[in-house]
Amino acid sequence: MTNTTVSDFEGPKRSWYKRNEIAVTPYLFLIPGVFFFAVYVIFPVFQSFNISLYKWDGLGEAEYVGLTNYQKLLDDRAFEVSLWNNLKWLVLYLLAIPAGLMISLFLNQKVVGIRLYKSLFFFPFVISQIVVGLVFSWFYDPTFGIFTKVIGWVGLEIKGGVLGNPTAVTYGIIAAGLWPQTAYCMILYLTGLNAVDPEQVEAARLDGAKGWKMLWYVIIPQLKPATFIAFVVTIVGALRSFDLISIMTRGGPFGQSRVLSYYMFEKALSEYGFRMGYGAAIAVVLFLIMLVFIAYFLWSMYQEEKGAR
Amino acid sequence: MFPNPIEKQSRGVQISYQALLPVVLIAWLLPLLAVMLFSIKPESDFVSGNYWGLPDTLEGFKNYGKVFFESDMPKYLWNSVRITVPTVIGCMILSSMTGFALGVYKFRANLWIFFMFVAGNFVPFQILMVPVRDLTVDLDMYNTVRGLVLFHVAFQTGFCTLFMRNFIRALPFELIEAARVEGIAEWRIFWYVVLPLMKPALAALAVLIFTFIWNDYFWAIVLTQGSETQPVTAGITSFNAQFRAAYHLMSAGSIVAALPPVAMFFLMQKHFIAGLTLGAVK
Repeated sequence: MTNTTVSDFEGPKRSWYKRNEIAVTPYLFLIPGVFFFAVYVIFPVFQSFNISLYKWDGLGEAEYVGLTNYQKLLDDRAFEVSLWNNLKWLVLYLLAIPAGLMISLFLNQKVVGIRLYKSLFFFPFVISQIVVGLVFSWFYDPTFGIFTKVIGWVGLEIKGGVLGNPTAVTYGIIAAGLWPQTAYCMILYLTGLNAVDPEQVEAARLDGAKGWKMLWYVIIPQLKPATFIAFVVTIVGALRSFDLISIMTRGGPFGQSRVLSYYMFEKALSEYGFRMGYGAAIAVVLFLIMLVFIAYFLWSMYQEEKGAR
Repeated sequence: MFPNPIEKQSRGVQISYQALLPVVLIAWLLPLLAVMLFSIKPESDFVSGNYWGLPDTLEGFKNYGKVFFESDMPKYLWNSVRITVPTVIGCMILSSMTGFALGVYKFRANLWIFFMFVAGNFVPFQILMVPVRDLTVDLDMYNTVRGLVLFHVAFQTGFCTLFMRNFIRALPFELIEAARVEGIAEWRIFWYVVLPLMKPALAALAVLIFTFIWNDYFWAIVLTQGSETQPVTAGITSFNAQFRAAYHLMSAGSIVAALPPVAMFFLMQKHFIAGLTLGAVK
């Protein structure tokens, strides 16, 4: 950074750019990326806030209605159901973290072919959620689904099948979502376990630690960075759930499997009409929920950055 | 190493572990194995209710043939390629530049711009939906591959910048300082010093973005419609509406749609996992 002052003495002939090269270059490199990101991501967030104050069908004149859309949300039963379902998604999706940890502990061995096993366990994450949704809707099928058969053996029956039952449906879809998400958490923990300090493990072993105690007091603290990332991606994944619902149930039966992301889409862009303002209001609520987590993520990163420099 | 290495334990434990592995794997992949079985069964099996038994007649890849030659599937696959490849290239170009700027230089707005990218990367898609759709319509790019690619490039730049910046931060800074002492122009430092070192990061990003975009469904249905522009994820859903009960074709179609990212994963496994687990180890 001292170069600029040195080069000032080299004579007045050097161009302005040459003299300020180190100060100017980062901005030049940032222009295209920041421009695209601002136009397609940052501004739209604010535009959505604005649209949520209007009544608008997406084509004609927009009519300013203030907070009316939000007031309507309060009395909207479908909105309430979606919000509750989002909460279920958030809480239950977190099960992917301990489940992923368990599988990674199971697979963290060195036997012949273990690499292939690890890749195959990771498989569900690589395929698209649309395919996962299809696969699981057959898995749950009331006439031939394997799931239906298996719970039949123990004498259970879910009326209308998992996806046709208003109470079971959301849990069924979450379970489908947990499949790839657990695979993701597993791979994070496998990487984390690889980096666990063997000397600490040996030292703890000499002190007589083993099993659960070892896991809880020695291993899990060392896996903290992996856990943080698993938490971030799982929360984001839970609030982004859309594909699975769209392919498995289209929000049904009786709208009982809707979440905010799906309900918003339904209101703003589907056969139910183009209620852009109302849809935007739903999106704003979803965004505010996410914002709590985004703030937490950024805060954690900021703490780390401060430590790094 | 934790848990205790299996080779230090008794022979019995070792054998039961080896035996348990395939059993657990099959249970884990059961839904997927079912689809594979479906995809090689003849239609008559589904009519007669023989869902899980051995196929009545050996069909081989007949269902796959039908998917390929008697449906719009190849069109959708080609659209996916036309959407995914330019997006990957665009993201790599933009984010190697932003990552370089944020990873190498100290300036006041640095952390703020970086956090803008990170925060934007986490927003729910729905808050962008209405404005982005309007913008695309206004630019006369609704229902074009171009419109979809532009959005994907812009949005993925958030994640890619996070990735690139952290990668560049971990490079030895002395290299850049040495180049500066030599009086090399900054853009040349980018091109000749930093970019060659970023190859592994670029490879990791390429496979990750390929998979993300190939599997995208939401933006495909918001910004495009019909078999002329929609990618394979949207194609599968319209198939589903059309042949809901044609399990033999649906399952073959799903497998075909899932294959490219799976192949990508197996070919570039190391990079793929390195990309996904970035930051999982300090």
